[in-house]
Amino acid sequence: MKYFKLILSLVLTIGIFFALNTKFGSIPPIGKFLNPYTGVWQNETDESISGEVSIPELTDKVTVHYDAQLIPHVFAQNELDLYRAQGYLTAKHRLWQMEFQTYAAAGRLSEIIGEGALNYDRQERRRGMNYGAEQALLKMKEDKQTTAFVEAYAQGVNSYINQLDPQDYPVEYKLLDYKPEAWTPKKTALLLMYMTKMLAGGDEDMENTNALRLFGKERFDLLFPDFFDITEPIIPKETDWSYIDVPQTPAPNSQPVLDSIAETIDKPDPNYGSNNWAVSPQKSSTGNAILANDPHLGLNLPSIWFVMQLSTPIHNAFGATLPGALGVISGFNQHIAWGETNATRDVIDWYKIEFNDNGTKYKYDGSWQDVTYRVETIEIKGKEAYTDSIRFTHHGPVVFDKNFKSDNQKTGYAMKWIGHIGGNNQKTFLDLNKGENYVDYVKAISNYTAPAQNFVFASTDGDIALWVQGKLPNKWEGQGKFIMDGSKSENDWQSFIPQKFNAHTKNPERGFVSSANQHPVDEAYPYFVFNDGYETYRNRVINKFFNSKDKFGVKDFKDLHNNTHNLKASELMPYMLETMDVSNLSTEEKEIYDIAKAWQYNNDMDEIGPSIWSAWYGILYDMVWDEFDTKDTALDAPYTYQTIHLLKTKGDDAFMDILDTPEKETAKDLFKLSFSKAVLKLSDWRTKNGDLKWVNYKGTFAGHLLQALPAFSRFDIPIGGGKNIVNATSKNWGPSWRMIVEMTSPPTALGIYPGGQSGNPGSKYYDNFIDDWAAGKYHDLNFLQNDTATDVIISTQTLTPKN
Amino acid sequence: MSKNLVNLIVTIILAYLLSFFMPWWSVMTAAFAVALFVPLKKAAVFFVPFLAILLFWFVYTYVMSSNNDFTLAKRVAILLPLNGNPYMLMLVSGIVGGLAAGIAAIFGKQLSLLLKAK
Repeated sequence: MKYFKLILSLVLTIGIFFALNTKFGSIPPIGKFLNPYTGVWQNETDESISGEVSIPELTDKVTVHYDAQLIPHVFAQNELDLYRAQGYLTAKHRLWQMEFQTYAAAGRLSEIIGEGALNYDRQERRRGMNYGAEQALLKMKEDKQTTAFVEAYAQGVNSYINQLDPQDYPVEYKLLDYKPEAWTPKKTALLLMYMTKMLAGGDEDMENTNALRLFGKERFDLLFPDFFDITEPIIPKETDWSYIDVPQTPAPNSQPVLDSIAETIDKPDPNYGSNNWAVSPQKSSTGNAILANDPHLGLNLPSIWFVMQLSTPIHNAFGATLPGALGVISGFNQHIAWGETNATRDVIDWYKIEFNDNGTKYKYDGSWQDVTYRVETIEIKGKEAYTDSIRFTHHGPVVFDKNFKSDNQKTGYAMKWIGHIGGNNQKTFLDLNKGENYVDYVKAISNYTAPAQNFVFASTDGDIALWVQGKLPNKWEGQGKFIMDGSKSENDWQSFIPQKFNAHTKNPERGFVSSANQHPVDEAYPYFVFNDGYETYRNRVINKFFNSKDKFGVKDFKDLHNNTHNLKASELMPYMLETMDVSNLSTEEKEIYDIAKAWQYNNDMDEIGPSIWSAWYGILYDMVWDEFDTKDTALDAPYTYQTIHLLKTKGDDAFMDILDTPEKETAKDLFKLSFSKAVLKLSDWRTKNGDLKWVNYKGTFAGHLLQALPAFSRFDIPIGGGKNIVNATSKNWGPSWRMIVEMTSPPTALGIYPGGQSGNPGSKYYDNFIDDWAAGKYHDLNFLQNDTATDVIISTQTLTPKN
Repeated sequence: MSKNLVNLIVTIILAYLLSFFMPWWSVMTAAFAVALFVPLKKAAVFFVPFLAILLFWFVYTYVMSSNNDFTLAKRVAILLPLNGNPYMLMLVSGIVGGLAAGIAAIFGKQLSLLLKAK
């Protein structure tokens, strides 16, 4: 009996240890997680920002002043130490995020969260994310200086990781029960691939192919025109292109492959976009050029941006950095300011591949070429690793084949992507950080490949400029809109547009430059550009604003950032309200109708109009494009601009008809039908959630990177705006960084982002910018001119080499 | 002083000391060791060390969390989910530690009985 009790109590003891030390599903190992000495309670603190920290690899002392926003102002004696310090400090405040993003980029999430992420991981590997990062790394290694800096950054990150004991790990490691691994230059390359995928990882080739096959060329061209009837391109229409002496690639009269594709890989959110603009000294109320940038990305916590001042005796840069990449990405130094918006271009093409019987060779210009194999091993938490063997052609990886989203033994689809070509895009930012004038800026961006960006520029010299920069294929007319035959060399990318012929503008007569993801150029540009999802509203509001008066100041810039005019709604809703049949409106419908009629097309928080528009247009859009709602065929419905254009000018087109009904509907019928449905949806929403005010209906939130874990996210952020509006704040994306720089000497700058400098949910600096950001406020970016602490500095930490 | 009180105090002190160089299960080690040398009777075998660690962890976590305005505790109390109540999270933490300690103490008690019998 004694022995029985002893054994029973031993078993119980082992059992309770096991139960509390093991992760079950999404439940963290509860003893490890909740104990006060190594668990989550240890994260209940702000980062230490004072004293001395020894970093063995440093060659000299680095001073880090923190201001009240927890922005580190870093003063290093040389660039290697500067990037060591950047790595160290970024890791200190954002370690989990910077590592997690590179895991996501590399298709390694299964290692952390288990089998549930396997399909995602396979997709990212097949997309060639690792391959692309390796190509980028090779390009970086061609430049000794970049290599040295990227390695220094890695040393900095690793010296932070090495100082950590398990109790110091960020909360997310404890929650998911794993540990940080060493940082490497490849991870920096992966982070840049992550951005390339986010911003240049989408295409519609397969969806376009299906649409062309189903509807025919005439209908396709009506729905998807290369240019819209109105465009205010980034590079002004009046630009003279006659200096371009390299012609567009002649068209080989190639026919698209009209295959039927059921399913494609995930694409980045096509709504991501950005604004930037600059006014010249002549157009500035103070006589100094002024520049602004607000990238519209996912609203996440920790935020995608981390703000730093990075200086050495020879340069002094300040602005938003990307955890994982070196230098300032959107910012300024003593001489110049720069910022980016995404320059969408069709840099992904798909080629149909015909394999031989055993799938080891593919047809190309009448002969058989060997495929190469890339074996991707995906480690899975708690399970055996999964091995995927991916075939590569000279085009790129065969993403779709018998092993992935297809069952055809003898064919596949290979992806040609600028992201696979490699490029030293890190160097662009390192050089911009040190740039002193227009020439330096052009030189810095000239080797930049992807994701193509509209780089806005202003200098204390008084220059303003904007280059649409990326490595862009010189395509033949129509190339890459649809799936191409991969067996014919004429369908390959033949060359790239010479960099100097990339569209750009410097000190234009109108006194301002701007970009908001619209068409980069109009039809007069001598190279093939077609609508790749260009934005058609924000740019018109911005340009109209800058054409409205002679002089602009910082206050005007703030107003424009916070502008909530809904141009899109104003171009359709009055027409709908006027033309639709209102003879039989119910009381409830009449009430909504009257609110809609009174709305002034501003997406302000307290308006109900934007909620009505959002519900109404959403339902109408799906009704118009019911032809595109198919289960077994991948299709994208036409863009908003063309939808509205057709509704207003071709209201009796066959596309307006709802297929499921015996009647033949016109646009006018759809207005009423969708209105009634929208009213039902809205009153349903009102019953469940209360007031229909836009701020409630939109429900903007900043979600934690782990599937928006409610505990670490912020919900119901009080802000107006919306999609296709200059203040682009939608439900979960929007202005992820707002910056205004006036080119005084030295520059004076404002900046804010929806997050906080700390990645620790236990820190008061985790989300402390959100309320000010939502209110349209800005924080001064305290640009220190030397390493003497001023009164804005709340604490100083010194990083020292080992004695 | 009653044996119960001695056990309680010694368990807390030993658990505190062990926490400097052992992971979370140092509370199990502490309760086990104390049970060997200060054996209790009946339900007290479990409940005294349970209470000791519950108290210890509750106070410890309260001190850590109150110094930081309960910022993280409120969030983790949404995650678990405990209605965002930081005190509930402290209580749950205490119970988790107490449970592990109490069970380890039962094992210690059984072993002490066996050793005594020999």
